[in-house]
Amino acid sequence: MNSAVRVRNLSKSYGQLQAVREVNLDVGHGEVFAILGPNGAGKSTTIEILEGHRKRDSGQVSVLGEDPGVAGREWRAKIGIVLQEVSDAGMLTVAETTRMFAKCYGAARVPEEVLELVGLGSVSESKVRTLSGGQRRRLDVALGIINRPALLFLDEPTTGFDPEARLRFWDLIRLLASGGTTILLTTHYLEEAAALADRVAVIADGQVVAIDSPLDLIRYVSSAATVRWRAGGEIHTVETDRPTKLIRERSVAGAELTDLTVSRPTLEDAYLQLIGMK
Amino acid sequence: MTGTDRMASAAPRERRLTASRPPLPSPIRIGLSRVVPELKMFYRRPEQMVLTFSLPAVICILLGSIFSTKLPHTETSTGAVIAASMLAYGILSTSFINLGISIAADRDTGALRRLRGTPTTALSYFIGKICLVAIVSLAEAVILLSVGLLFFDLHLPATVFGWCTLTWVFVLGIVSCSLLGIFISNLASNAVAAAVVTNGPAVGLQFVSGTYVPLIVLPTWMLVVGSIFPVKWMAQGFRSVLLPSKMAAFEPAGSWEHWHIFLVLIAWTIGGLAACLTVFRWSDKG
Repeated sequence: MNSAVRVRNLSKSYGQLQAVREVNLDVGHGEVFAILGPNGAGKSTTIEILEGHRKRDSGQVSVLGEDPGVAGREWRAKIGIVLQEVSDAGMLTVAETTRMFAKCYGAARVPEEVLELVGLGSVSESKVRTLSGGQRRRLDVALGIINRPALLFLDEPTTGFDPEARLRFWDLIRLLASGGTTILLTTHYLEEAAALADRVAVIADGQVVAIDSPLDLIRYVSSAATVRWRAGGEIHTVETDRPTKLIRERSVAGAELTDLTVSRPTLEDAYLQLIGMK
Repeated sequence: MTGTDRMASAAPRERRLTASRPPLPSPIRIGLSRVVPELKMFYRRPEQMVLTFSLPAVICILLGSIFSTKLPHTETSTGAVIAASMLAYGILSTSFINLGISIAADRDTGALRRLRGTPTTALSYFIGKICLVAIVSLAEAVILLSVGLLFFDLHLPATVFGWCTLTWVFVLGIVSCSLLGIFISNLASNAVAAAVVTNGPAVGLQFVSGTYVPLIVLPTWMLVVGSIFPVKWMAQGFRSVLLPSKMAAFEPAGSWEHWHIFLVLIAWTIGGLAACLTVFRWSDKG
């Protein structure tokens, strides 16, 4: 078993709509891997197939060495899933819900400890339905990690968060990653993928258009720098691999280039270019 | 740190995470651990609880009081006949309606999908639900029997045979109606739709099954329709032990038909189980 997740030629259609086409992925043990793409790109369909929540049309999928389509209880005890949009157990308290799920496993974290870990210790006696969106999501994570999973799935975990809640959530994910948990997350937030992931798969229209580390993705897309200056009331823009040489040539007589800027592509530029928006 | 670096450095910790884990609790044990949370989720919704418990009791008192005249040549009123039959409605309410709505809600809120991602099996889930139904139905039976004893002169069975009959009609009634509730929850995409597809048929069944109106006043076609479903037979079973034995003369068949009751309820139990095993789904996703 070389990788935690191995996907080959995965495809899935809903009627006429082909949601996932011939996707290939490998996620290493201990890696934080992000599937990044716009809404409707096929991220959730892909992760749901890996979680065992959806059937695939074709392709091979191996998650922790087993096919999620047929894997049994022992396999489920090794994974953790944080779903999108759940609103169950509204009438139980946070602590009661956590204890209920702890009893599904042979060995589980202590409910009180896992609630402290996700920052819900102070609201453990509150009813689940009174939690804020961010607290609700933290509870989802608490339930997802209560069994100390080897692999944790997070499907758009911070959608609808305010910026501060998102930063706190990222710290939690980093903490889990530093403990050796393999993490597979989907997101449509670029900065989230950049902040958390070792590697990012950019997915558009059901297809993987690039897989690399956030830094290498930028390099992959364009190494050219854009040099801009003003001369004679006109703005000049040149894309070049050698901006220094260009500037030296242009100012050879000692002339000052007005409003000179040199810019490199950001991850956002790379991303927009990859998904065909630029 | 690149992915490859992380993979290399995390290898020893990863082995700890995937190392052999202690054995899982059995599906039955997980199921039993769900009983108390299921009960809490039930009684913390007071509006649902009040509706489940009070509606059959209130209707029982109203109808029983309207039909207060004694039946010819007996000391028993039509109201008493209805009060005995109403126990069947109580069970229908705590099993069929309650389960139909709560399972559809569990699918709607994502509770089932979350469970599906854990070692919880369908068996565990249903053990929790069936224990909930059993406890709530027992409470419902106590309420309705109390109403019947206090207001309508019903008598608890005086013989062991009578108690046995009461018990098996009660148990088979709960099981068959629960399975029908599980089945019908699959036809509803959310809890509101489930309230419609359970309460609608339930009201219709009351009229053709002799719980709202005595069977003897029903037209033949209604009797035929009612005889297909389990409620009519449950009600008949309860009448057979809660009313004086000579009241059998007022049944359409002129007798209590215990064997018929038993066979019809068993048939619904087996058919309901088969239907549930075929159509039960964890979520609406394909």
